[in-house]
Amino acid sequence: MAEGSRDQGGSGSTDPEEDSPNMIVYRKIEDIVTRIQDEKAGGVAIRTVKSFLSKIPSVVSGADIVQWLMKNLCIEDPAEAIHLGSLIAAHGYIFPISDHVLTLKDDGTLYRFQVKTTLDNHECLRYVLRTIYLCKRTMQNKARLELADYEAENLARLQRAFARKWEFIFMQAEAQVKIDRKKDKAERKILDSQERAFWDVHRPVPGCVNTTEMDIRKCRRERNPHRVKKSVYGVPDDGQSQPSPVHISSQPTRKPTKEDVQKEISFLNIQLDRHCMKVSKVADSLMSYTEQFMEYDPFVSVIEPSNPWINDDTTFWDLEASRDPSQQRVKKWGFSLEEALKDPAGRDQFLKFLESEFSSENLRFWLAVQDLKRRPLQEVSSRAQEIWQEFLAEGAPSSINLDSHSYERTSQNLKDPGRYSFEDAQEHIFKLMKSDSYARFLRSNTYQDLLLARKKVNVDKGRKKTLFPSCRCC
Amino acid sequence: MNPFISPLIPEMATQEVQLNETLAHLKTESETLKSKLEEERAKLHDVELHQVAEKVEGLGQFVMKTRRTLKGHGNKVLCMDWCKDKRRIVSSSQDGKVIVWDAFTTNKEHAVTMPCTWVMACAYAPSGCAVACGGLDNKCSVYPLSLDKNENLAAKKKSVAMHTNYLSACSFTNSDMQILTSSGDGTCALWDVESGQLLQSFHGHAADVLCLDLAPSETGNTFVSGGCDKKANVWDMRSGQCIQSFETHESDINSVRYYPSGDAFASGSDDATCRLYDLRADREVAIYSKESIIFGVSSVDFSLSGRLLFGGYNDYTINVWDVLKGTRVSILFGHENRVSTLRVSPDGTAFCTGSWDHTLRVRAICSLI
Repeated sequence: MAEGSRDQGGSGSTDPEEDSPNMIVYRKIEDIVTRIQDEKAGGVAIRTVKSFLSKIPSVVSGADIVQWLMKNLCIEDPAEAIHLGSLIAAHGYIFPISDHVLTLKDDGTLYRFQVKTTLDNHECLRYVLRTIYLCKRTMQNKARLELADYEAENLARLQRAFARKWEFIFMQAEAQVKIDRKKDKAERKILDSQERAFWDVHRPVPGCVNTTEMDIRKCRRERNPHRVKKSVYGVPDDGQSQPSPVHISSQPTRKPTKEDVQKEISFLNIQLDRHCMKVSKVADSLMSYTEQFMEYDPFVSVIEPSNPWINDDTTFWDLEASRDPSQQRVKKWGFSLEEALKDPAGRDQFLKFLESEFSSENLRFWLAVQDLKRRPLQEVSSRAQEIWQEFLAEGAPSSINLDSHSYERTSQNLKDPGRYSFEDAQEHIFKLMKSDSYARFLRSNTYQDLLLARKKVNVDKGRKKTLFPSCRCC
Repeated sequence: MNPFISPLIPEMATQEVQLNETLAHLKTESETLKSKLEEERAKLHDVELHQVAEKVEGLGQFVMKTRRTLKGHGNKVLCMDWCKDKRRIVSSSQDGKVIVWDAFTTNKEHAVTMPCTWVMACAYAPSGCAVACGGLDNKCSVYPLSLDKNENLAAKKKSVAMHTNYLSACSFTNSDMQILTSSGDGTCALWDVESGQLLQSFHGHAADVLCLDLAPSETGNTFVSGGCDKKANVWDMRSGQCIQSFETHESDINSVRYYPSGDAFASGSDDATCRLYDLRADREVAIYSKESIIFGVSSVDFSLSGRLLFGGYNDYTINVWDVLKGTRVSILFGHENRVSTLRVSPDGTAFCTGSWDHTLRVRAICSLI
């Protein structure tokens, strides 16, 4: 059992929200954004830019941010830096001062950093705040505060929704405008843009990704799971489904009981007794497996005649499905008995070979046990009995050779026949085939002929080439 | 007064103290064993995989293109699975729709509307004649696919699995007759499709189980699961026992997938890393991460040989990793929202991703340089 070095006492941190998947990402973004703003430690220069008749306080250019990301996060491709920067913007940590659409551009476009908000309101309260915000913007005669079309629509809808509470909202908006007027001009510009950017995250421009949407499976650990309900019931105008049973109550991680710990102790003891391989050895094993199969991997090697998805030609699939295997396919049968049995053509050839040696009952037994495991529960018992009669009972027509130990075990199992009654026997027979018949099969003339393409297997005549294969697809 | 009967109350108090001590003692014993185990395993950790892989030839540059875009879902795509015929796909989404496509022609062949939203799991039956799905309804249902397009699939629906919380993943075993499920209730379970009977349940995760994958071996009777408890557990399907456990991730494990030989598996987590665990060494043997990758991994899968690991991320991208060398060989853009699901096709000729942007994309290698 591998365990990382964390100071974990077993029941998680004190505040489960701090460990939640969303918080992990936000913390990383915050760390990046803090570093970008730290001018003394190699961050970008935040300055005031003169523009026509006015001054734009506290801004940074998109190009500077892209440069910083590439240098400090070891990103070689500017496209990757722009993508990451755009995501940071989409989540609201930086924003373009003159655009509702939150993306990062690698040019002179000006950006500001969002103030750290601890706004953690319920969805309904957010509606109120949104309304107040839009309302107060209509009260001020400034070009930069004018509502965009979609915002005006938003406000109209909210106005209808808050019909009876409108006076309250209006008063709140008026009060805020009064307070804002007392602030310093530069400060107001900054605060206005930050407030607007906040809403761009929570009420994105139609067509933009709403980054506040959450994966419902992770919601339980959030402080306000109520937020989630909106996505559970789908888009507002989607009138179809009934509400789903959302279980939000229970704690995300159970506290371990005495039984749990006892179980863990016996598990750990078993692990300690386990004989493991050295990493150097498994590394060699992984490498040789991969190397062996790389010529068959369409993402690493060119496949013949062509990849169906690229050339829109299904020949490759037709060839793979045929009972007339290519040399390359035959070569795979030599990798392991498992590989040979995976391929229906390989299975056929091996069976024929065993028949020639009068030992086909081994493979037939193996195949019968595989089939047993695939049966519905109802049929298992009777099928198991049939297999016993055919292969293992006294005077069985296809008697297989089992060691006495496996025979005893299997016989015991058959008293209460189940899907796994023949596991021991199957494993024994597989090992037998592998060490004995399989090796001879690979040396046989039939196999060698196929491998070296000396002779072709008889192909069915008059096979129709279908463009739309039927349901059965083995 | 009988001198052999001691007063009850003090005795009970002593017993209670003993019980508390026992739990604390057990915990200490458990911690000691864990340290000992880590020590033993560390002794066998004599080299890093990427060091051994230095002698392997590097992968050349390649161009990967989106060859099919499947549009039709009205909301986030949450899950998809390939049919064994290598061209058909089943996908499910937040709006309750489950669609079966012939991805090769991009035709929709079947569509079912589930009675709940957030259908987080779907799977294609090995025969290609049925699909299974479920999500917030806490169930896994099987729909036989009819060749008659006019037939209402929902009519033949069969309810198989019942959990006490959301269904996070489902998979048929080697046959249409058994389904393996994982759930937000912290358990996995194996079901008989025909009767709906529970064949085996798997307890051990301390929180939601988010994903599972069956071992690729023909005779295999094991599977791996990953959960919100940051653990990846390997289970024996016959006994219901957890046979191996790995805990090195720093957050939820969203996806687990076996390496093609079955000797190892990869995991993807909200901690923005993918990791490779080898079963024979009983250890994490590789970690795939970059300073610039900060969003979680939602889904992982291997190429046919196991040389490449594809990861779908919450930052809308796909990162392609060289499994042996531990380096990232490519980053793919295209989706306009999170990649929620990723699977390589059964013959490895392409891989499909599903996203919160409502679409699915099938990608393949255009050219190898």
